[in-house]
Amino acid sequence: MGEALGLAVGLVLSGDADLLQIVLLSLRVSLTATAIACLVGLLIGALVAIGRFRGRNAVLILMNALMGLPPVVVGLLVYLHLSRSGPLGFLGLLYTPTAMIIAQAILITPIIAALSRQVLEDLHAEYAEQFRSLCLTRWQTVQALLWDARYSLLTVGLAGFGRAVAEVGAVIIVGGNIDHLTRVMTTAIALETSRGDLALALALGIILLVIALGVNAAVQAVRMTAARQAYV
Amino acid sequence: MSDAPAMTSMNLALEGRAAALLPLTVRDLVLRVDRATVLDGVNLDLGASGCTMIMGANGAGKSLLLKLLHGLMPPTSGQIRWGDHAPSAVTARQALVFQKPVLLRRSVAANIDFALKARGKDMARREALLDHVGLSHKADQPARLLSGGEAQRLALARALATDPEVLFLDEPTASLDPASVLAIERIVSEARGRGVRIIFVTHDIGQARRMADDVVFLHRGRVAEHTAAASFFPEPHSDAARNYLSGTIVV
Repeated sequence: MGEALGLAVGLVLSGDADLLQIVLLSLRVSLTATAIACLVGLLIGALVAIGRFRGRNAVLILMNALMGLPPVVVGLLVYLHLSRSGPLGFLGLLYTPTAMIIAQAILITPIIAALSRQVLEDLHAEYAEQFRSLCLTRWQTVQALLWDARYSLLTVGLAGFGRAVAEVGAVIIVGGNIDHLTRVMTTAIALETSRGDLALALALGIILLVIALGVNAAVQAVRMTAARQAYV
Repeated sequence: MSDAPAMTSMNLALEGRAAALLPLTVRDLVLRVDRATVLDGVNLDLGASGCTMIMGANGAGKSLLLKLLHGLMPPTSGQIRWGDHAPSAVTARQALVFQKPVLLRRSVAANIDFALKARGKDMARREALLDHVGLSHKADQPARLLSGGEAQRLALARALATDPEVLFLDEPTASLDPASVLAIERIVSEARGRGVRIIFVTHDIGQARRMADDVVFLHRGRVAEHTAAASFFPEPHSDAARNYLSGTIVV
């Protein structure tokens, strides 16, 4: 462990170009996937939170169940669609970062939708009568809820990002772990472990943990500032 | 608080507008909630102007009656008509201030902006509204950090931002100190002076004496009496109102 820690610090301090490329690609893929998942998931979460329709309970069960989507299954489904013989094969996206973004976005959209639904439903319970009195449209209600829950939703986004950046099963299937093209931290860790270079694998793992800790700390700082102003 | 309300010019157009919505006619209104009959055959007629106080013990159905009149919920049976309109058709021409102000997780100014934008009103009115309720100096502060009295004044300003023809108030001064109560009453009185029809739920007998033109006394889901304030307080007709005003506890 000590050797791995030393190696991790050494790798970071040396400004290793390959390492930097892997870290930046990991962040680009996972942050883009999180942004896409937030766009779709928050809208779904908000609409289900304020909606009262037949089959709503079934939708809630489905949303919660999809939070546990197995990454390899998502990877396989995306692979089947993007492979040359698949319906989207003509796009030529397989083994590109875009394919990895698609897989991660599919994986975490249900997480964003299900968690945001709970947050927004609680907030809507507080605001609903006031909003009805103001005769807000459905879209105005969704906009207001999303804005007022923004700091709580940061945590939801963080949960999605955490799942995305730590995920390996889907991205290795659709990305292929190609050096300088689709290699991200998790797939690099898997590769180095299989090669027996455990110190390098651990070093990459430590960097991944530090990134996760840093993002969490930043979000927590924002939430604490917001809480002091009673905006949470 | 500002001594020179800045609302005079901006709301002159309200004069007499409420008359278009009134009279209010309520016939055989019944509301059941979870098999319990909360309102049991309410009949009520309200005229075009003034301040009607709705009084009665806890559980008499006062708050739910306000929500029904405002169109926030449908009755189990019976009829409510604002002139020729059903309540839900005129909700946008009314405003309701809740007992516990529901303030958005935004600044004081943003809470006013929200109402102005929702109803498509002139956003430039925000300053005048804040000045009117004495909150100009707190415009940029988080709304949910206001004191109880300030929060209720903000809720009132937000309600007035929608230019309501009818203003419902559901115990807006419960648990406020006397100075805050008087500040709220001043703002409500000024709104009434501009032609806004006021329908006000209160437990505060002193407040009802100061504000009411007429009093609707609810008892066990029915209108025990609807009397002009001038005769209600010295000579209530119903036993329920008489006991309430004298402080007699009836179990």
